[in-house]
Formats: sequence, C-alpha cells, structure tokens
Amino acid sequence: MEQAMSTTIKVNGREHTVDVDPDTPLLWVLRDELRLTGTKYGCGIARCGACTVHLDGKPTRSCVLPVQSVSGREVTTIEGLGGREAKAVQNAWSGMDVPQCGYCQSGQVMSAVGLLSDNPEPTDADIDRAMDGNVCRCATYARIRAAIHQAAADMEG
Amino acid sequence: MSDQDTAIGAPAKRKEDRRFLTGEGRYTDDIDLHGQVYAYFLRSPHAHARINGIDTSEAMNAPGVLAIFTGEDLAADGVGGLPCGWEITDVNGEPMKEPPHPPLAQGKVRYVGDHVAVVIAESYYQAKDAAELVDVDYDMLDAVVSPADALEPGKPLVHDDIPNNQCYVWELGDRGAVDDAFDKAAHVTRLDLVNNRLIPNALEPRAAVANYSKGEDQYTLYTTSQNPHVIRLLMSAFVLNLPEHKVRVVAPDVGGGFGSKIFHYAEEAVLTWASRKVGRPIKWTAERVESFLSDAHGRDHVTHAELALDENGKFLAMRVDTKANMGAYLSTFASSVPTILYATLLAGQYTTPAIHCQVTAAFTNTSPVDAYRGAGRPEATYVVERLVSAAGREMGLDQAEIRRRNFIPKDAFPYQTPVALNYDVGDYDATLTEAMKVADVDGFDARRQEALRRGRYRGLGYSTYIEACGLAPSNIAGALGARAGLYEAGEIRLHPTGKVTVFTGSHSHGQGHETTFAQIVSDRLGLPFDDVEVVHGDTDRIAFGMGTYGSRSLAVGGSALMKALDKVIDKSRKIAAHMLEASEADIEYADGVFKVAGTDKSITTAEIAFSAYVPHNYPLEELEPGLDESAFYDPTNFTYPAGSHICEVEVDPETGKVQVVNFTAVDDFGNVINPMIVEGQVHGGLAQGIGQALLEGCVYDPESGQLVTGTYMDYTMPRADDLPSFKVGTKNTPCTHNPLGVKGCGEAGAIGSPPAVIDAIIDALAPLGVTNLDMPATPARVWEAINKAGATRAA
Ligand code: FES
Ligand code: FES
Repeated sequence: MEQAMSTTIKVNGREHTVDVDPDTPLLWVLRDELRLTGTKYGCGIARCGACTVHLDGKPTRSCVLPVQSVSGREVTTIEGLGGREAKAVQNAWSGMDVPQCGYCQSGQVMSAVGLLSDNPEPTDADIDRAMDGNVCRCATYARIRAAIHQAAADMEG
Repeated sequence: MSDQDTAIGAPAKRKEDRRFLTGEGRYTDDIDLHGQVYAYFLRSPHAHARINGIDTSEAMNAPGVLAIFTGEDLAADGVGGLPCGWEITDVNGEPMKEPPHPPLAQGKVRYVGDHVAVVIAESYYQAKDAAELVDVDYDMLDAVVSPADALEPGKPLVHDDIPNNQCYVWELGDRGAVDDAFDKAAHVTRLDLVNNRLIPNALEPRAAVANYSKGEDQYTLYTTSQNPHVIRLLMSAFVLNLPEHKVRVVAPDVGGGFGSKIFHYAEEAVLTWASRKVGRPIKWTAERVESFLSDAHGRDHVTHAELALDENGKFLAMRVDTKANMGAYLSTFASSVPTILYATLLAGQYTTPAIHCQVTAAFTNTSPVDAYRGAGRPEATYVVERLVSAAGREMGLDQAEIRRRNFIPKDAFPYQTPVALNYDVGDYDATLTEAMKVADVDGFDARRQEALRRGRYRGLGYSTYIEACGLAPSNIAGALGARAGLYEAGEIRLHPTGKVTVFTGSHSHGQGHETTFAQIVSDRLGLPFDDVEVVHGDTDRIAFGMGTYGSRSLAVGGSALMKALDKVIDKSRKIAAHMLEASEADIEYADGVFKVAGTDKSITTAEIAFSAYVPHNYPLEELEPGLDESAFYDPTNFTYPAGSHICEVEVDPETGKVQVVNFTAVDDFGNVINPMIVEGQVHGGLAQGIGQALLEGCVYDPESGQLVTGTYMDYTMPRADDLPSFKVGTKNTPCTHNPLGVKGCGEAGAIGSPPAVIDAIIDALAPLGVTNLDMPATPARVWEAINKAGATRAA
C-alpha cells in the first residue's frame, strides 16, 4: 500500500510539493504529478536511459530514484534544459536528423548534454561510454555519435 | 521560413524533430483524460493451464477498485475474439485452423502473459495491488514451446480440438519440376537453419486510453498503433460489434513499432468495452515485462533447405521445408508471414527456375508470433543467401562470382519468378559491384593477413537480397487470402491563404512522413515546405487508411497523395482558365504557376486557392468552389527493393567474440525523396539485423514454458558500441508502376544483413573447419563452434 507524504522537490528551477509515497520513483512524480511528460518510461530498471534527467547537473535514471532522495537537489528535465551545451546538442541533433520515433531522444539529449558539460571534447570511446546506457531501438547511434562531435565543435566555435 | 532545399530528393530537415528534442512529443501515455481511471491486466503465470474458476470477491473490496472483468464477462456481453486478417488454405484444400482468441482467457490460458482478467481502479497501483487478490484456480498442463516439438504426435494440445497443434500445411511451387532438377544436379547444398525468435521491443511500451462519451454515444481509443483505421475496423466489426462511425481511434506519436504495433491487441478492445461499463476513461500502459510477454514476437522458423546446382554453379532448383511458430493464437497477420511474405521471396535475385516450399505452422504455448521488421522476407533472405554462400564455399566459387552467374540480368525485366512474383525492374550486378568497391573487397586479403598476425580471424559475408514491399495489389492479396484491401488513402486540402493540410492513411512512428510527404506536396504545388502540414493517425480526421508496415508508406500512401495532387492540379487548371480567361487546353503548369501558353498571363497556386474559397464570379455550373481533393491508390504490383550487403567481421578465437568491423549496404530503393531519412532507416534496419545475427534471441524454457529472456538483463538489445559505422549507398532503378518511382526502404537493413553477418563469421572460421552457425552468434556459441570443428578435424 502506498503511504502518501508530502515531499518538496525542485524541478527546472521551481519548487513543487507533492503528496506521494516517498519511495515513488522520480519518473512517475515528474510524469503523473507535475505533468512533465518529456521524460519517458522504457524499462523501470535503469537499463534503457529513456528516463534520464539531470540531478545537480549529472545524468541520472529517474526510474530508480526515490523522490525523497532528491529533495534539496536540483532536478532538470528535458523541458527545463537550457544553456550552451543544450543548445549545441539540440542544434546538432536536428541538423543531422538524429531522431526517428523520438521516444528515446529526451534521454539521449540529457545524457549528451551531461557528457559535454563534463567533457567538451569527447572521443568516440568517451561517447560510447557516456551513452551506453541509452538504448535506441530505432538505432540512431551512428548519428548520435556524429552529432555529439558536431555539438562539441559548435561549442568551441 | 526556412531557406533549406526541400525539393523532392533534397535532405530536408525533419519537421518532427523540434518537438522530439524539447520533450513536446505527444505519445499515448502522455495523454490524460479528465476523470480517468487505470487498468491492470492480470496475466497468466503459467504457459498452459485450465482455469477452474476465478474468484474476484476479495479484490473487488480492495481500495479504489471499480470493476474487475474476466473472459466470462466479455462472453456474456457478446464480445468476440480477436480476428486474424489472412486466411491461408491448407494443402488439403481446407482453411487453416483458426482457434478462438478471446481478449480475456476463457477456460484455458495458453502462454505466460495471456490475459486472465482486467482490474480497474482509481489509481494504477490500486489496480495492480488488487490484482494480487484475484484468486485464479488453475490446473497446470504440460506446455510445448517449439514448433518442431508441437507438431509431433502425442504432445500437449494448445487448443484441444486442433490435432498435432497444426494450423496449416501450405505449399508453393512445382514440386515435380524441383524433384526432376535435383535428379540432374551436379551438386546439392543442404542446410538446416534456425531463424531465431525475436522480441520487437519498441522503446515505447504499448499503451491505450479509452473513453466512452454517453452524450454522443461515441467511443474514443488512443492507442500505440501503426494503423489506427485497421484497429477501428477490426475492433468495431469483429470484436465489439460497434458501428464504425461511433468509434474514433487515434494513434498519436508512436515510439517505434517495427511491426509489433500493427496488430489489434486484447488490451485495446477490453479498455474500449470497459470504458462504457465503468463510465470513466480508462488508461493502461504496459510495463516493460508485459511488452516482453505480450507484444507479438517475430521470426521463429526452423528450416531444412536444399539448393541444386549444375557443374558451373548455375542454380537448378531450390527445395525448402519450414516449420513456423504461430504462438498460442493467430495474431492479426500471423498466418501470412511464413507463407505469402516468405515463400514468394525464395527466388531472391536469381534465375532459379524451379522452387518448391512447404510450410507447416504450429501452435505453441508462447506469445503470438507475427510480423517484425521485414516479416517473412528476412526469413526468406536468410534461407536463400545462406544456401548460396554455402554452395559457393562447397564448390570453390568466389561469393561474388556465384551470385553473378545466377543474377536475373538487368535486361530480363519484367521477370516472372517460379514463386508467383513478377519483378518490375532492378540491376543487381550494379549494386554488387558498387558494394564491393565501397567495402574495399580488393584490400580484404591484406586485412585478413594483418588480423591473423594479431591472432584474429577475419571474414567477409555477402547478402544480395530482394524484398517485396508496397503491400499490396488488393486483387492479388485477396486471391491469396487477405481479408482486407491494401490500398491507401490521402487527401490534400488547400486553405484560402494558400496553406495546405495533407491527410494520409499512412502512419509515421519514426519514418518522418511529416517531412517526406510535405516535400512531395510542396514540390508538386510550388508552395513553401513550411506551409504544408501532414496529419496522420486519427480516424476522425483522415477518411480512411491501411497504415504503415511492409515499407509501404511512400510507395502506396505517397502514391495516393500523388493522385490527389493530380486532382488538385486538374481543378486548379480549370480555375486558372476561368480567372485568366483562357481555354483550359492553353493552361500550362509548372512549379506552382499556371500560365496561358505563349503569354505572360499567369496565376499562382496560392492565388487559385484563395479564389476557390472566394468564388465571387465563378461559373458555378462548371466549377465547384473549394480546393480539397482526395484519392485512394491501389498498387498494380509489389515494389522490389534490392541490394547488396557486405559484412566484414573479426573473430577472437579465444573468446568467440565477434566484432563487425565494416558493414556496407548498397541498396536500390527506386527514387529517393529524402536521402537523410532513407539513410537513417537503413541504419535502423541494419542494427536490428545485426542484433538478430549476434545478440538477440528469445528463449522459452522447453519444460515450463516460462519466458527466460524477459528483461533487458537477459535479452540483449544492440547498443552503440555493438555497431560499426555503416557505409551506406544507393544505386537506384525507379519503380516502374507507381507515380513516384519509389520502392520502400524501412525494412531492407533487417532483411539483408543477418546472412551477411553469419556468413562473414563462417568465412572467418572456415580455416578452422566451421561450416555452419546459428543466430544469435554469441561468443559462447561461436567458441563452441570453433571447438567442435577442431574436435571433428582432430578425430
Ligand atoms: S526507464 Fe529508466 S532506464 Fe529505462
Ligand atoms: S528514436 Fe526511436 S527509440 Fe530512439
């Protein structure tokens, strides 16, 4: 049985108080309580990356993250993404026609922005390592790799 | 307005991507209806069991529960079974065995994940918790999971009244001619092949939201479908017995389908029906484990195949015997996949004069099996190309050479194969030559030697495949057992301001139709790309549609739009004649401008659109106001995309690990509207084909019938580092019989690549004595093949 409790979390710069079981994964709080549906469910066991958000700027799987563990921390979702890296990633993604069905792409973008914030000039191996947790069944991988290099180059320029 | 080139043939940027990159896509699970409640489907934990009774009393008292329904409730309300859309005729002349497929089980469960009951509650967790309180009294029965097992006498019967679990035995081709040719053969190649079972795993799990509006007596179903009109048709006419005009089906953004979202699933019908019973909108979203258990799976063939050749390596005949797994029930197109979409492709790109194929379809205690990216054609290609490569090796013929000796020459089209299809056009030699160049086949020996010095074995594998797409001429499909037509519908609506809305019965779930179709319309009408909006996926907005599968959208849906565009231009010509006070015969049209021949008098499409809606001085007896035209297009033939795939692998003999180091695909897709989108589709298909060859394999426990590979921990999905960068190119011959000259590209990668990968591994390991290998070629399996071959040679 779920035990509702009120928890305050900060998402995309705004504080929200939600009444949910404190063990509820952040993913469902984002989607069902805050109506931020850009973050997707794919597996619920941290094996696909569709649910990736930033927690204090680091890519994190929200499907296995109890909502209580994020209070006092900064959550950023695809809807609240901004800044130089995000712009470079979104531009490169659209310039290279990366998305197909689009379902995994919020997660891909979050992971890529996380990578570039950390490492502005990643190698192929860095990219594969950082992006390995993000499954794309449409297999847009080759373009993701190219688009990350492109975004890195654009940020430099 | 964008300044990019968006003409037909230009790599216009996808219109869809803005919303997908900002989290603004709208998928089914993103939709909430006011007052909605939630459904949880209680599924069978057993592969095979009799249901003695279901006690829901305790669960009904659980918090938040509004209703619980079982198969008996549906039956009492006259709800029908899920239909199969294709009737196959058995060799004995009887129709295939078509067992009832109740949306909620009645009397028996037949696979792990089979639907037993639906619990509806105020919240999803309440529904799920209450489901644990539903008491189902099962009598466990023995299970059977493989088709070969299931067909043996004395095995458990999935359906009590279907002997030997045999759905049908079906054949195609001239058995006598094949037997004669084998008698005369100089060489016969024989192979036993397994086409491994796959779980589609679209990243978006299936979901549905259903609502019944009492005031309007109207049902609405939002669902993750590739073909909402087909779902409306099947659900209203066969399952729920509702008038179609009272049912609206919407498939909004859909997160990948690959075939698995073609079919009409139990959840859709149950939710729609229950929303009226409960009087509330009901939502259901599959958990990933439910996707594994209950999405229709793909492939699962066991085949013995033989190729007869003369002393020069010319193919004389092919003989194929396949056992195909249907799963526990017949899914929507299940019966057509291992027959019509399979045996008809066994000629491949070759002049093989005689072919015979027999297919035996079996019921098993597994999830239903149906179309998955390629559907029948990958299975056929795997048989043909594995045979050809094996024959080449056995006869000491170079892989390109044996293929070239048998290609249908480019001047032999149209070409009638011995397995029913009539290929319109192609140039197989050209794609092979180009692929060999791109793959640097000439440099391969040096690379092989270099690898050997590092203790690695390198190999090259070829696949020169063909597929039949653009499903389908309705008359041919009908003659072969289809219970539906396979045309497509489209509508072009010009607005008074010169903007355009395009309505298509095709559905995009990754293919980029909003972009490609807009390119066609903008190019034809000479209107800005940004002024064209493509609408799909809603039965209330689009008159009709058959949806997207079999790489048919552009060839059939795009052709319907071309027909509608012709009508728009014809009418515009009349309007132009009136406005310019000229005779219709003198009006010339090009690039959005209607001109009186030999004068400078002209008028644009946008101006015509305006006048069509402001007809102040129209000759109304000759000209109707408005500019909105629709068309249906029924193809006259299939389209035949073809191509050459060359795979280069490196194998570590110590670990059995295979690395795809190079993959080249040169395809013939006919005319290309947007090369960027086409290349993306090829990448996706290749990844799924390489996934099948190396990583993916669905396993059911043969004793218990439990799904062993039911999570991402056990079922290996291709990830970024499993795949090489692909070298992709095209050598196109335009399709001769549709107005765009297009053939289709969505499945090619998945069809062509698996045999190229497997034969590359066999080629690499041939020096060690390996001659055969099954998919998925996991390190363990490759290691075992190396060691077995070594042991055999040592003995
Ligand atoms: S849903 Fe979180 S990783 Fe798959
Ligand atoms: S774009 Fe479809 S799953 Fe990645």
